Amino acid sequence: MTTETVANEVGKARRRKEDARLITGQTNWTDNITLPGMGYVAFARSPHAHARITSVDLSEAKAAPGVLAVFSGADVAAEQGGLPCAWPVTPDIVMPNHPPMAVDTVRYAGEIVAAVVARDRYAAADAVALIDVSYEPLEPVLDMEAALAEGSVKIHDAGNKSFTWPFANGDIDAAFRDAPIVLERTYRQQRLIPCAMEPRAVVCAPVGDEYTMWSSTQIPHVLRVMLALVTGIPEHNIRVIAPDVGGGFGSKLQVTAEEVLALLLARRLGRPVKWTESRSEGNVAVHHGRDQIQRIRIAADADGRLRGLDVDLLADMGAYLMLVTPGVPLLGAFMFNAIYKMDAYRFACTGVFTTKTPTDAYRGAGRPEATYAIEHIMDDLAAHLGVDPLELRMRNWIKHEEFPFTTIAGLTYDSGNYEAATEKARSLFHYDALRSEQAERAAAGATVRLGIGISTFTEMCGLAPSRILGSLAYAAGGWEHASIRMLPTGKVEVVTGSSAHGQGHETAWSQIVADELGVPFEDIKVLHGDTQVSHRGMDTYGSRSLVVGGTALVVACGKVREKARIIAAGMLEVAPEDLEWDAGRWSVRGDPDQGKAIGEIAFAAFAAHALPDGVEPSLDSDATYDPDNFSFPHGTHLCSVEVDTETGAVKIRSYVAVDDVGVVVNPLIVEGQVHGGIAQGIAQALYEEAAYDSSGNLVTATLADYLLPSAADLPTFTTERTTTPSTGNPLGVKGVGEAGTIASTPAVVNAIIDALRPFGIEDIPMPCTPERVWRAIEAARSARAEGAAQ
Amino acid sequence: MKVSVTVDGVRYEDDVEPRLLLVHYLRDQAGRTGTPIGCDTTNCGACTVLMNGMSVKSCSVLAVQADGAEITTIQGLANGELHPLQRAFHEEHALQCGYCTPGMIMAAADLLRDNPHPNEHEVREGLEGNLCRCTGYQNIVRAVLKAAGSAEVTT
Repeated sequence: MTTETVANEVGKARRRKEDARLITGQTNWTDNITLPGMGYVAFARSPHAHARITSVDLSEAKAAPGVLAVFSGADVAAEQGGLPCAWPVTPDIVMPNHPPMAVDTVRYAGEIVAAVVARDRYAAADAVALIDVSYEPLEPVLDMEAALAEGSVKIHDAGNKSFTWPFANGDIDAAFRDAPIVLERTYRQQRLIPCAMEPRAVVCAPVGDEYTMWSSTQIPHVLRVMLALVTGIPEHNIRVIAPDVGGGFGSKLQVTAEEVLALLLARRLGRPVKWTESRSEGNVAVHHGRDQIQRIRIAADADGRLRGLDVDLLADMGAYLMLVTPGVPLLGAFMFNAIYKMDAYRFACTGVFTTKTPTDAYRGAGRPEATYAIEHIMDDLAAHLGVDPLELRMRNWIKHEEFPFTTIAGLTYDSGNYEAATEKARSLFHYDALRSEQAERAAAGATVRLGIGISTFTEMCGLAPSRILGSLAYAAGGWEHASIRMLPTGKVEVVTGSSAHGQGHETAWSQIVADELGVPFEDIKVLHGDTQVSHRGMDTYGSRSLVVGGTALVVACGKVREKARIIAAGMLEVAPEDLEWDAGRWSVRGDPDQGKAIGEIAFAAFAAHALPDGVEPSLDSDATYDPDNFSFPHGTHLCSVEVDTETGAVKIRSYVAVDDVGVVVNPLIVEGQVHGGIAQGIAQALYEEAAYDSSGNLVTATLADYLLPSAADLPTFTTERTTTPSTGNPLGVKGVGEAGTIASTPAVVNAIIDALRPFGIEDIPMPCTPERVWRAIEAARSARAEGAAQ
Repeated sequence: MKVSVTVDGVRYEDDVEPRLLLVHYLRDQAGRTGTPIGCDTTNCGACTVLMNGMSVKSCSVLAVQADGAEITTIQGLANGELHPLQRAFHEEHALQCGYCTPGMIMAAADLLRDNPHPNEHEVREGLEGNLCRCTGYQNIVRAVLKAAGSAEVTT
């Protein structure tokens, strides 16, 4: 018998299994795949934001050397279907047809108008340059408010409004009527480009009437279903593989034109095809994120107690609705109230079409936008009241003893401890000392001012309970699947429906299963991202993988243990009830030497020579888990900035993040997620913006123009945790993928505003570039000078 | 045009188009797909390799310019055992999706060749030409400092 015990893996800072291939270049990115006879695809894209296609001349391109085929939209019109939107948020939503390749009208610069398949990527690019498309330009529609105005040029026949989605709870009129304080603000969430480091790529290989697609996707399972629905190819004849995927951040949570067209081209040509996007192509063609105008009103009592919150959003859909475009701002609808108690809440979001790249999920998806607005206006309210912004938050937040708490937005937060996280952050940050220094600098009239920004955030993770998704008109569920395969030698294969693209599931899932089955971490192999291996799944987004997929693992492992118990009882000639489980072994209660390790039981099941009657010769088990509730990570992020009032330059001096993500499976991975999340949120606050010129062309189409922060642009973060286990799942986990991004944008902007409030500045539109900060200071100075002169 | 290039210790002689980028030569002709491509404007550094010991972004070098050169990619860095930078990136969790990692490690190798004991600021400035979207760079900086044996590894 074996007596080794396996230590608790959950909670260990295990180094990642994934790293071995990633640090040695033995990776399998989609663009690495080369198949015999493969054609390379390149697309011609519209240079116009809005135009009618009057003619397409492919003749020169077809005659070019190395070209296998060239197609226009008209050539594929009969078979290309429309790209799917799975979230018709209202019954009267306008969901225009979205052809993968434009046939008669283009509605954003970058829309595909023709496709070349050639023998190599250079020949394909050369041939694209020979395609001659004639356009009749139409007026672009670039501004959401102008798009809704009477007489605006119509982007779609049904108009420029897609939907208005309302929500209300409590008596909002009463909350605002006679309120001692009402603040009203309009914030702008600029448009962002996700910029996963791996540009998208897709390879599609036909064999007879079956198709295998490799794609740089977050959602191989959803993609397979959608490809079947869009193309009519039977689902069982489509296999989708997400090999190594180099980041997603929501941008690969999509069913793209390029994927559908790769499938159609492979079918037409009867040979494998590959498409790899360039970065500047990706910046116009990958869906963008954010882009909202947020009108927010808040009503409070004289002591700062919140009475009501009233939010009107305009959300830019771009030219078409993509997979979950309309649902993204709705995820924010439940988060504007954040961690605060109030009497009434009203929300309305109008989705607006513009002639720009479609928007969709980008890290946080609706929740960063909401968190920014509420945390910004909470700071404004504190300034209005003359109280410390942390004090104002304490007066309004849900106290730890009040959980579970049903919020004004209707969600039930299962657990949390905002007091503990805030106290820890405050101490690590040396809050009081920084406040003193800030006051000294202001009193001395220093040119470099100090500002302190606060973000006490929460988010809804673990997307999602299928019933809730259904009630919000989402077309699919939010469950996750896991299978455990016990191999005869005692090793374990774990099949997960989650589809990692950098998160480290191979490591974290191994840790969970090691504890559940008492097998060594090293003996576990995690398989994912191939619909033929992992036949059921809902994939990875919305910080759902651990909360939902991790729980599915736990449930599946429980089934393995119960099967093993029956077989072990037979081996030991005792009743199953007489056995107890400990550290990978069923042993006789009161006689621990009499026992069988899971590996021994697995071999016995494999040999199947002496199994109890009616017992199947397998320990393999699977589980599909659908959560009852979301999970609600929270935290307190504090940021100090130095603002040079002469140049507008902003320097982050310190950044403290205390996150409560529940039980931590791997602290190394959690810390990494928080670091990267904070960096992306800082990027929104200070650096990034997808900017269009007046004719609707994206002027930030390259990484020379779209400013991703480098190592030299970011500070060292101090990250700590508090742990309030989720009560919604057996692991007690909450999810961490989006927390940093949600928290950090308001922390940084609040810090800048805090430094400049003495100048009378209440807002600076993001990104807060030196120029914008400088202009805001100059405008405030002029306004004061004017005021003084009058 | 004919080129003769040594890639990770193996000599290749090929006929290439004059316009062929070194990174495409490495990936498509030499089969060294460990070096990825992250942009088309030389900003991201994912394709960084060593050319005669110095780091270059292989998207901004023509294959013909590498004629006679020795190229080291991420696949040729380990010499029987992991390079100290590879080990440090693993130990310090300096990668998530890993797409920037080959370029980041090769750029860091050149940085340490030039400045064997950099401080944090020097590492951050030295890696300015390599973009990562996952890590926020903190653990990358720690890993480079660790590989350098620098005393100062900040938390």
